[in-house]
Amino acid sequence: MLSEYLPIVVLAALALAFAVASLVVSSLLRPHRPTPAKLAPYECGIEPQRLPKGERFPVKFYVLAMLFIVFDVETIFLFPWAVGFRRLGLFGLVEMVVFIGLVFVAYLYVWREGGLDWNEPVRRSGEREQVGEALRAG
Amino acid sequence: MSAQEYAFVVLALVGTVAAFRLVTARNVVHAALYLVVTLAMVGGVYLILAAEFVAWVQILIYVGAIVILFLFGLMLTKAPIGREALDNQQRGIALLVGLGVLAGLVFLIQNAFHWSDPKIQPIHVTTGALGESLFRQYVLPFEAVSFLLLAALIGAIVLSRKDERS
Repeated sequence: MLSEYLPIVVLAALALAFAVASLVVSSLLRPHRPTPAKLAPYECGIEPQRLPKGERFPVKFYVLAMLFIVFDVETIFLFPWAVGFRRLGLFGLVEMVVFIGLVFVAYLYVWREGGLDWNEPVRRSGEREQVGEALRAG
Repeated sequence: MSAQEYAFVVLALVGTVAAFRLVTARNVVHAALYLVVTLAMVGGVYLILAAEFVAWVQILIYVGAIVILFLFGLMLTKAPIGREALDNQQRGIALLVGLGVLAGLVFLIQNAFHWSDPKIQPIHVTTGALGESLFRQYVLPFEAVSFLLLAALIGAIVLSRKDERS
């Protein structure tokens, strides 16, 4: 089984060697005259902007990453099930339906709570706006 | 030494160096990238042990998803990202705890193999056989996983909602 991975290892080694060789050779050949503009990160020609101090990214990113992991783990279990599907038969099918059903409940909960909306959730939006107004006023 | 042992030495060496850089890196994003290398090397070790499915799960879940979660977590916190140095004052205690864990693991593993050189031949388990044992013998743990996922999802939503209100 491991010998099947030999081409991948060879490819990885060649790719690594090419990357290292390119960096070393170019650092030997190129002229080295840095300016602040050259050292700045390249963002399609636009001046890179930093987040202001104390500013945080919205928590939505984290929720999205959490959702991704949960469904990633769910999908992983489908692989061994699908490969052994014929041998597992009806029992395996019922098992997987129960499993997916439970995660589906969680999915419905997330959907209902607006975890899948990028903008503010529609549900209970009035209450949220009031809270928002109060925060802005205070 | 066999080819597997050579491969293990290379993977273990790269993984250990990356793990060391992970805890000593002063830039948290660099630390997260070193974590990618360490976790990928652990995946490689699983591959050497002929646990093909586990190896690719390690790559998909840990390298693909957990590190993304870490990076998003770093963006959310006020941890300095970028050129500011990040350091804490607990290096001594951390070193002590790390050495303690290492000693405990070495003792437990050596004890499990009766302090002799274990001659282990990796048994190649196909994904189908793995699925069969998972869905035949470990039905209850498998269904418990779905409860765990349910709890994780609801927890994530509840925590983020609380965060928005406060």
